[in-house]
Amino acid sequence: MWRKTLNAIMLSLTGVCVVITVSVLFFILGYLVYNGGKDLSWNFFTHLPAPVGEVGGGMANAIVGSLKLLLLAALFGVPIGLLGGVYLAEFGGRIVPFLVRYTADLLNGVPSIVIGIFAYALVVMPMHHFSTLAGGVALGIMVIPTVLRNTESFLRDVPSTLREGSFALGANKWKMVATVVLPAASRGILTGVLLALARVAGETAPLLFTAFGNRYWSPGWMQPTSSLPVIIYTYATGPYEDWHQQAWAAGLVLLGLVLVTNILVRTFLARGTSFERS
Amino acid sequence: MRIVKIFSVVAVLLVLGTVAIAEGGQVLLNAAGATFPYPIYSKWFDQYHQAHSNVQINYQSIGSGGGIRQLLDKTVDFGASDGPMSDDQLKTATVPILHFPTVLGAAIPSYNVAGVQGDLNFTPEALSGIFLGKVTKWNDPAIASANPGVKLPGDDIVVVHRSDGSGTSYIWTDYLSKVSPEWQQKVGKATSVNWPVGLGGKGNEGVSALIQQTPGSLGYIELIYAIQNHLPYGKVKNSSGAFVKADLASVSAAAAAVAKSMPDDFRVSITNPEGKAAYPIASFTWLLIPAKFTDTAKRDVVKDFLKWMVTDGQNSCEALSYAKLPKEVVAKEMKAIAQIQ
Amino acid sequence: MATTPNAATPADLAWSPRALLRRLRGADEIAHLITLIAAATLLLITALLVYQLWVLSAEARTKFGWNFFVTRTWDPVAGQFGALPFIYGTLVTSAVALALAVPLGVGGAIFLAELAPPKLSSSLTFVSDLLAAVPSVIYGLLGVFLLVPIMRTTIQPALKKWLGFLPLFQGPAYGIGFLTAGIVLAIMIVPFVLSVSREVLLAVARDQREAALALGATKWESTWKVVVPAARIGIFGSVFLALARALGETMAVTMVIGNNPRISASLFSPGYSIAAVLANEFSEATGNLYLSALIELGLVLFLLTFVLNGLARLLIVVTTARGSGVLPT
Repeated sequence: MWRKTLNAIMLSLTGVCVVITVSVLFFILGYLVYNGGKDLSWNFFTHLPAPVGEVGGGMANAIVGSLKLLLLAALFGVPIGLLGGVYLAEFGGRIVPFLVRYTADLLNGVPSIVIGIFAYALVVMPMHHFSTLAGGVALGIMVIPTVLRNTESFLRDVPSTLREGSFALGANKWKMVATVVLPAASRGILTGVLLALARVAGETAPLLFTAFGNRYWSPGWMQPTSSLPVIIYTYATGPYEDWHQQAWAAGLVLLGLVLVTNILVRTFLARGTSFERS
Repeated sequence: MRIVKIFSVVAVLLVLGTVAIAEGGQVLLNAAGATFPYPIYSKWFDQYHQAHSNVQINYQSIGSGGGIRQLLDKTVDFGASDGPMSDDQLKTATVPILHFPTVLGAAIPSYNVAGVQGDLNFTPEALSGIFLGKVTKWNDPAIASANPGVKLPGDDIVVVHRSDGSGTSYIWTDYLSKVSPEWQQKVGKATSVNWPVGLGGKGNEGVSALIQQTPGSLGYIELIYAIQNHLPYGKVKNSSGAFVKADLASVSAAAAAVAKSMPDDFRVSITNPEGKAAYPIASFTWLLIPAKFTDTAKRDVVKDFLKWMVTDGQNSCEALSYAKLPKEVVAKEMKAIAQIQ
Repeated sequence: MATTPNAATPADLAWSPRALLRRLRGADEIAHLITLIAAATLLLITALLVYQLWVLSAEARTKFGWNFFVTRTWDPVAGQFGALPFIYGTLVTSAVALALAVPLGVGGAIFLAELAPPKLSSSLTFVSDLLAAVPSVIYGLLGVFLLVPIMRTTIQPALKKWLGFLPLFQGPAYGIGFLTAGIVLAIMIVPFVLSVSREVLLAVARDQREAALALGATKWESTWKVVVPAARIGIFGSVFLALARALGETMAVTMVIGNNPRISASLFSPGYSIAAVLANEFSEATGNLYLSALIELGLVLFLLTFVLNGLARLLIVVTTARGSGVLPT
C-alpha cells in the first residue's frame, strides 16, 4: 500500500520540478515587463547617454551597436560554419572530419570570457584600438561551432534519394550540393544560424575588452561601440536610480528580442529537435 | 543563388556602414581610466562636444588601473588616473607620459548603518582597524569613542572596497599606509591590493551601489558619488586632530601646502597633510597624456581641451563638489601643455 | 560514380600547370577546397586560441609552477599570485548549482519523459529551452535587484536560524556570496540537465519499462529502479555538460558573488570565481606578471571546461547508443 503512496508522491514531485522550472521563465519575463516596461520611452530608443548623474539619457547607440556587432558576427561566423558544415557532410574522409567535429565541440564549450581575451590579443592589441570589428570577431568565433554542427546535421538529414537523383541527371557534386541538398536543408540551417545569433546577441563578457564601450555613436567599424548587454551590466552595477531604470528597460528589450527570435524560429522554422542544443 | 544574393546585400550594408558615418573632419578620441572623476569628466567631454561638434571624446570609466594599462598598451589615446603612475610604469611606456591634474577630489568613508543618519567621526585608527579586519562591529570602542552620544548598533561592519584596479583605492591605501604602520607593512598602497576583508565592487559606481544595498556597510568612494546618491558619509580626523568633513573648502585646504611646491611632473600625494582645516584623504586626479602624438588632429584637440579644462572647465567642478585646481598649478599646467608634440 | 562531365582523366592528375588549371576549373575541386579551408579555419582559430593562452601565461607558469594551484594569496602589489581562491569559488558555486539543478532537472526530465503526454512534454521542453536562451546579464540583473535582497533579509537568516550549526551557514548575511551565486547558476543550468536527461530517458528501450511493470512495479519503481539506472550514464553526461556551463559563467556570477578572493567554509561568504576575476581585472592588469597570471587562470578554466565537455559528450553518446540498441547494455 505504501508503495502506491510513494509512487504518487514521487511522481507529483517530478511534476513540481517541471512547474518550478517553467514558472521561472514566466516569472523572469513578468518581472522584466513590470520593471522595464514603464521606462521604455521614445527617449530610451533615440537618445544618447547623458552625463553621469543626469537623467534623460537613452540607449540608441547601444541598440545600434548591438545590431552592428551581430551583423559582423554573422559575416564572420556564418560562412565558415556553413561551408565547414558542408565539408563535413559532403566531402571529407575519416580523420579530418573527426578532428573538425571535436574542435567545434571544444570551441563551443570555451567560456565566452576566454574568447574575449583571445579576441583582445588577436585584434585589439595589434590594432591598438578597441573596435566594433574586434567585438564582431569575438562573437563570430562563438557562432562558428553552432552553425557548423547544425549545418552538418541538417545536410545529413537530406535523404540520399535526392542526391542520387541529382547525380542521375548529370550534376557534378558541387551543383548537387548547392542546388539540391542545401536548399532542402535550408530551413534547418537557417534555424541554427538565427538561434546562434540570438545567443551571441546576449553575450557580455566577450565584448568587455573588444568593443569596449562608447558614449556616442560609433561611426564605421573601427571605433569602440556601446552594446546592449554591456550597458545593462554597467548600469545595473552602478548606484544611480536612473541607470537602474534604464537597465531594466534595456533588459526587457534584449530579452524580448532573444525570446521572440527563439520562439518564432523554433515554432515556424524548426522541424524537430535535431539541432544543436548549446 | 540566394546565398550569393544575401551576401551581396550584406556586403553593401557593410560598405554603407563604413562610408556613411565616417564624415570628414571628425576627430574621435578614446580615453579610459579613473571612475573617481567620472562625473566631472563626462560633463566636461559633453560640454566640449557641444562646443565643438566635430570632436567626440569617448571616455570609459574602467578604473585607474585600466586607464594606465590601456594607455601603455596604446589602445586608448589618453588615460586618467587618481594614482599617479609609478616610475616603473613610466619606464615601460614607449613615449613619455605627462600627468595633468584636473580637479581635486576626496575619498570619503560612506556607510549604511541602521539608525545613523548624521555624520560619524572616524579616527585613523578606526579606519585602519576596520579595513584590516580588526574592528568588526559598529559599536566597537574605536568608533564609539569618537562618537559620543551616537547610538551605534552591534551589527557587523561590512567593508566594501574596489574589485578593480583603482586610483581611489590608491588614495585610500596611501592614506592608510601613512597613518598605520601595520597597514603599510601588511598591505601597502597601490591601485590593486590584497584586501584583508570586504566585498568588492567595480568602480566607484559599484562600491556606491553595494553601500546603498548592504546594511551595515562601510566603503570609500569619491565625494560626488555619496552626494548624488544620498549616501551618508563621515568626518575624518586630520593630522592636526580636527574631525573634518570633505567639502570644497577642506579639499582645497589639503592642496594649499603643495600648490606652491608642485613638482614639475605634477605627481604628488596630498593625503594626511598639514593644516587644521584640511581634509586628510584628498587627492589630485590626473589625465595621462602621451608627450608625442602621431595624429596631429588628435594632438591639437587634446591640447585645446586641456587649455579649456584648466580655465573654463574649472567653472563646472564645484557644482559637482570637486575643488578647483589652485591657480599656481593652473599656471604651471598651461606651460606644460606646450610640451605635447 | 558513373562518368560525369568534368570527371578527371588520368592526364588531369598530372601536376603540370595545364593539368592543374584543368582540375581547378572542375568545380568539385574548388568546392572541396573552399569547404576544406573553412573547416581548417576553425581548426586554426582553436589552435591559435590554445597557443595564445599557453604563450601569454608563460611568465606566470614558469614563476609559480604547480604552486599556482595551491597558493591562496592574490597580491598584485607583492607580485604573488595564487589560483586557489578562484578555483575554490568556481567549484563551490558550481557545486551549489548542481546540488539544486540536478534534482530539479532530473526530476523534471522524469516527468517529461515518463509521465507527460508527448505534446505536453514537447511544449514544456520548449519552454525550458527558452529559459536556456536567456542571456547571462539578465540573470545578473535579476540576481542583483531581486535575489540578493531576498537572500539577505529572508533566506539567509532562515538558514542561519535552522541550520546555523553547520559551518556552511555561518557568518553575516550579506545577500551576496557563494550561495547566491550558486542559486543563480542553478537556475541557468537546469534547462541543460532537463533537456539532455529527458532525451536519454526517452532513448531507453521500451521493453525495459514494460518488463518492470509486468513484474508488478509501480510506475515510479519502474522509472527509478529500471529506466533511470539504464540512462544513468547519460544523465551523468548531462550533469557534466551543465557543470561545464556553470564553470564558465561570468556576468551573472560577478554581479552577485562579492568579488573577494577568499576561501571560507561558509556559503554566506563573498568569494570569487575564475571567470569573474578575469572580467574584473583583465583590462587593468598592469605589469606582465599580473597579466600572465590572469591568462594562466584563463588557461585553467579552458582546460576544465574542455575535459568536462569531452566527458559529457562521450557519456551522452554512449547512453543514446545503448538505448537505441547500437551498443549492448
